Amino acid sequence: MSYSMQLLMTLPELVLAAGSIVLMLVAAFGGQASTKLVSWASVALLAGAGIALAGPASTGGVAFGGLFRADAFATFAKVVIYVAAAVSILIAPNFFQRTSGEDLRPEYPVLILLSTVGMGMMVSAGDLLTLYVGLELQSLSAYILASFMRRDTRSAEAGLKYFVLGALASGILLYGISLVYGFAGTTLFGGIAEAYSAGTSGGQHTGLLFGLVFVFAGLAFKMSAVPFHMWTPDVYEGAPTPVTAYFASAPKVAAVAMAVRVAVDAMGPAIFEWRQIVIFASLASIIFGAVAAIGQTNIKRLLAYSSINNVGFALIGLAAGGEEGVASVLLYMAIYVIMTIGGFLVVLQMRGEDGEPIETIASLSGMSRTRPGLAAALAIFMFSLAGIPPLLGFFAKLGVFIAAVHSGLIVFATVGAAASTIGAYYYLKIVKTMYFDDPAPAFAGKTNFVEGGLIAISAVVISPVGWLVLGAMGTWSLVAAKALF
Amino acid sequence: MTGFPILSVLLAVPAVAAVLCLFVGAQGARWTALLATLVNLALGAWLWTQFQHGDGAPQWQFVEHVTLFKMGGAEFSWALGIDGFAFLLIELSLFLMPICIGASWLSVTKRVPEYMAAFLATEVLMIGTFAAQDLFLFYVFFEGGLIPMYLIIGIWGGVNRIYASYKFFLYTLLGSLLMLIAMIAMVLNTGTTSIPVLMAHDFPANWQTWLWLAFFASFAVKMPMWPVHTWLPDAHVQAPTAGSVILAGVLLKLGGYGFLRFSLPMFPVASVQFMWVVFALSCVAVVYTSLVALVQSDMKKLIAYSSVAHMAIVTMGLFAFNANGIDGAMMVMLGHGVVSGALFLCVGIIYDRLHTREIDRYGGLAINMPRYAVLFLLFTMASIGLPGTSNFVGEFFSLAGVYQVSTWTALIGTTGIILGAAYMLYLFRRVVWGDLTKDDVKAMPDLDGREVAMLVALAAVVLWMGVYPTSFTAPMRADVARLTQRLDSAAHTLSISDSKPTPGSPQAAPTHEASAHEGAH
Repeated sequence: MSYSMQLLMTLPELVLAAGSIVLMLVAAFGGQASTKLVSWASVALLAGAGIALAGPASTGGVAFGGLFRADAFATFAKVVIYVAAAVSILIAPNFFQRTSGEDLRPEYPVLILLSTVGMGMMVSAGDLLTLYVGLELQSLSAYILASFMRRDTRSAEAGLKYFVLGALASGILLYGISLVYGFAGTTLFGGIAEAYSAGTSGGQHTGLLFGLVFVFAGLAFKMSAVPFHMWTPDVYEGAPTPVTAYFASAPKVAAVAMAVRVAVDAMGPAIFEWRQIVIFASLASIIFGAVAAIGQTNIKRLLAYSSINNVGFALIGLAAGGEEGVASVLLYMAIYVIMTIGGFLVVLQMRGEDGEPIETIASLSGMSRTRPGLAAALAIFMFSLAGIPPLLGFFAKLGVFIAAVHSGLIVFATVGAAASTIGAYYYLKIVKTMYFDDPAPAFAGKTNFVEGGLIAISAVVISPVGWLVLGAMGTWSLVAAKALF
Repeated sequence: MTGFPILSVLLAVPAVAAVLCLFVGAQGARWTALLATLVNLALGAWLWTQFQHGDGAPQWQFVEHVTLFKMGGAEFSWALGIDGFAFLLIELSLFLMPICIGASWLSVTKRVPEYMAAFLATEVLMIGTFAAQDLFLFYVFFEGGLIPMYLIIGIWGGVNRIYASYKFFLYTLLGSLLMLIAMIAMVLNTGTTSIPVLMAHDFPANWQTWLWLAFFASFAVKMPMWPVHTWLPDAHVQAPTAGSVILAGVLLKLGGYGFLRFSLPMFPVASVQFMWVVFALSCVAVVYTSLVALVQSDMKKLIAYSSVAHMAIVTMGLFAFNANGIDGAMMVMLGHGVVSGALFLCVGIIYDRLHTREIDRYGGLAINMPRYAVLFLLFTMASIGLPGTSNFVGEFFSLAGVYQVSTWTALIGTTGIILGAAYMLYLFRRVVWGDLTKDDVKAMPDLDGREVAMLVALAAVVLWMGVYPTSFTAPMRADVARLTQRLDSAAHTLSISDSKPTPGSPQAAPTHEASAHEGAH
């Protein structure tokens, strides 16, 4: 395969990487004044990268001797990631404008772009080292983004906490990779799969088994699955809200997609070994994410636990395995991203008289009377996250349950389904606060055109109107899943 | 079937009106909702004339089918179609809706547009549940009904409304999720989501047991059966009047409909196995809830407990597996839908005047509200099951059907009727008879035109059902026959109640302990 062809397969990453370096220079020379320009240019770059996906980047196959995979699976994940990244850039200016003492600097969109490049590498990786490099690029940008509000102690704390724990997780992952490399003799997914399939008849080699456990521990941290979830609520609470919206969407999709690829592509033959880990992490995430959320009073922390809970449901699909299971994970994550971004967009509208952000759930009291449209949208997102039909969140859950039952994991699916009742309780609590309680002081300020439009779009997609696109999404996720087998 | 997609239109009219309600202000919303429900009622009347029954009529009518998407090997389609059972329950919903809107005309003053929109959404979801022919579409409608009811109870309910709304939502959700997993297993096993196909499919006997239990978890809560009935009194007491009417009138029928549509035809063997469980729970429910109703001091709670007792008669009748029992169960469902709706309305009418549901606060209403007293008496008698009213037909048939299977169950079931007479007459005596001593009760005006119109409409149907029940049993006769036939063959496989020798064609003996329950009666 010609080198230029291989470069074409990485075109989206090339566009984003080159573009972000140029924009970094613009930011350095243009200073604060260039923020708007850099922001819009970044969104344009993301759109360009999305268009570049249409070519060999989604159909090319294997590039650079197996290091990089340009397949439909990566494309699906990348589209979701690009959309989430673009939204995170679009919603930032208004937030920082209304937050006194903090300005949006042009580095913000550039950092998001860089981390998007990293995520592109993560989901396209065909080798544990490509994966690791992508992951680190994403993480390092994310650490800075978490502490983007320099004068805010919570933001700084979030960044530091994320960094220290993230470094620890990277260490664990790297240790697992080294074990796998040591016993498999390669870091390429294909070679690792051969090493594992040699062990399927007579039991896995202990070294490979240890490697698998450590790799999954590292991946679980990145996905914020229980028991490696502790950083999530603190980071989500401390980070600026647009950044939190970003953390809850794009990196989550990337981490889950990466975990799916590693599990299926590299460690597929060892499914009975990792399935136990995934089932435990899944149920623990669902139950812990639901129970711990009940006592929360801060909406961002609540959404953090909600994201833990949702990763648990996505992992049901991974545990099911097979094309159908992988497709259900992808569909779940795509729908989850729409719901969660919508939720955070509403959180962004929660502002006091002086423009200071309000984050208590109690402040939502009676919002259905002061801001009926906003309340209706948030209610839709909450019911959907709880998995109540006819909203799209139900179909996401239905997909993973179908996959699990198909794989014979009926007890697992039943426990997961029953546990989602616990989760429903705290989503209902938000609806109850907005609709049943007496009004608290209304939030100040009006929703601007971009954010209001995004809220409306996501609410409409989640509503039964979304049934119209669900078929296409389902087909596409199945095509993407087939690329792994 | 080509032609006018009447079922989709029945769903579309309230759906469009619900959205419209949100934009037209309080008075506009009232009129929009009333108009939409009346249009739907008119369409329902047309449906009544078009529905074929008798020889040669197809089982499924007004069928519509559009495949929406495929998901993990399972199809999700917009498949609608009705048989006799669904037809009657749809008519019941269509009939009660305008009355619900009328009942809320003056009593609901806050957030009227949202209220009307929630009610219309409930109508859409109820009709959809009865009309759905796709397993997942059914689930979507069935579960989706939780959202508007949650809001109705929570926003417009009484003092303790928040507790009641949570209880209602979470109780029913947990039951339904187990059913969802069972549905998935069924779809993957058969490769179809079509309810008519599944109704004719014979699942392996060991599967049936588990699937039946999962569906039972959902329907028993919706029904509600003892001991998972506790959400109902709370929800009823806290819900606004129209909410109670719709809850008792239609939402309680979802459980019975579920048994008729799923548990009995799809898992006949398991149904026969679990017959005694259902009988036992129903017997406990009839006696226990009737006794509880007897000591209530809150009118709504009393009627709520009486609903649980009536629903127990329904489950008894259904699980008698003969034409009488199933006919009777359907008639009790329809009759109870109208009568309990009317009774909640009667309570609502005096609640609007005095703002209390304490029975002791009333007394002597016959003196200053004669029109009210007459109509209330009619509905009280109907609830007791006086011949000539709707409930008599249903209760008589169900108990006759049960008697054929188990005399003891029929005996205990009948005590429920006697106790029912006791608590209803006791209620009536305390509220309507007696001396008019309290000043504020003296000041209560009699029914106005709107209230008379609503109650007279209900009374007419109660008498129609009681005097000429054939109008209601004829549409479902063929369906009942099909169902009993299917259940009979299952009963024979299990050789249950085998008092009559059945000659020929011996079958491999199944290994179920249910065969131990041989006809002791």
